[in-house]
Amino acid sequence: MDTDQLIRTLAADNAHRARPVGFALMLALLAAAPVSLLMFFTELGVRPDVMVAMRNPFFDLKFAVTLALAISAIAVSLHLSRPEVSLRGFGWLLLAPVGILTAAIGGEMMMPQRMPMMTRLVGKNSWVCLTAIPLMSLPLLAGALIGLRHGAPSRPAVAGAIAGLLSAGLAATLYASHCTDDSPLFVAAWYTIATALVAAIGALAGAKVLKY
Amino acid sequence: MRERDDEWTGLMRSAIAGDSTAYHRLLKAVTPVLRAAARRGLARAGQPVDQSEDIVQDILLAVHLKRHTWDVTAPFGPWLFAIARNKLIDALRRRGRRIFVDIDDFAETLAGETPAETASASEVAAQLQTLPARQREVLQSIAVDSASIKDTAAKFSMSEGAVRVALHRGLTSLTAKLRER
Repeated sequence: MDTDQLIRTLAADNAHRARPVGFALMLALLAAAPVSLLMFFTELGVRPDVMVAMRNPFFDLKFAVTLALAISAIAVSLHLSRPEVSLRGFGWLLLAPVGILTAAIGGEMMMPQRMPMMTRLVGKNSWVCLTAIPLMSLPLLAGALIGLRHGAPSRPAVAGAIAGLLSAGLAATLYASHCTDDSPLFVAAWYTIATALVAAIGALAGAKVLKY
Repeated sequence: MRERDDEWTGLMRSAIAGDSTAYHRLLKAVTPVLRAAARRGLARAGQPVDQSEDIVQDILLAVHLKRHTWDVTAPFGPWLFAIARNKLIDALRRRGRRIFVDIDDFAETLAGETPAETASASEVAAQLQTLPARQREVLQSIAVDSASIKDTAAKFSMSEGAVRVALHRGLTSLTAKLRER
């Protein structure tokens, strides 16, 4: 087939309209969410004292951090799905969860504490946190990558890593309602390690599947 | 440069709005530029420039299937060249694995040379043969026999909708096969 013939064929297909990447991403995440929710409710579930916990601002702050991560990573993912852009100018959005977390740590430092710092940092659930967040992330990560395949990222590994952040943010939001460790120090340590793990998996997978 | 980019942007906007003629004109207009870039890239990498047409076709397919990622309020040129660059790097990397050096290619200088109108391309044609029969027939009818969608539908006693679906699926799987190769 010579190039003129190919061009004619492409022009004939002009009527075909692909869905925007954001729409594809949303559909794929909605399809994946039930799997993660099922994992959450069968294995973990919401902590029993949730009504009391909600009065603790540090419990609520966990959701501010994880949702800020998920939302900023969704925005950056959609931005990166365009071939001509880079992280520059948009990457700062990812600092939002870091900023909230830093402020929360500062806030906690200024308050009188019953438990020593190391106890709060190490917590009681670090191992659960390190396994549950990545495991619940995996279906969401698969969904995010499927949705983002509609895009054309210039650096697939970076786009995959951001997809990892996105899914870790969503999974961590679920996990936060189970976990009884509310100290921002615990979040900064263990949630971060779990998130970095998912981002690494996302980068490896993205390098393969997000190439166009 | 500026004028050319504005013209492309205007054509692409019309194309997105449903004007297939504008789309055809745009693809025709960008092809020589893509070809020159592909030849330059191959020459710089010490690869035979006669493979440039495969790269051009690869870029055109990607442009087609990813055009929804173009922001209609942005200029078209940067978007196009980002796709072209990505595909060119990919192609050079893939060819780089094979040892494929011919002394004559180094001697050839290409700066400013007007590229040949249409060189031969083999990869799309080869992958075309691996498509399901219906998709291949539809693609060939439109590409080689320059039949319209309507004529193609009549020829194979299909509905026009079915022709459109086969055409789009054919182009999508062609691109997927080129990527996997």
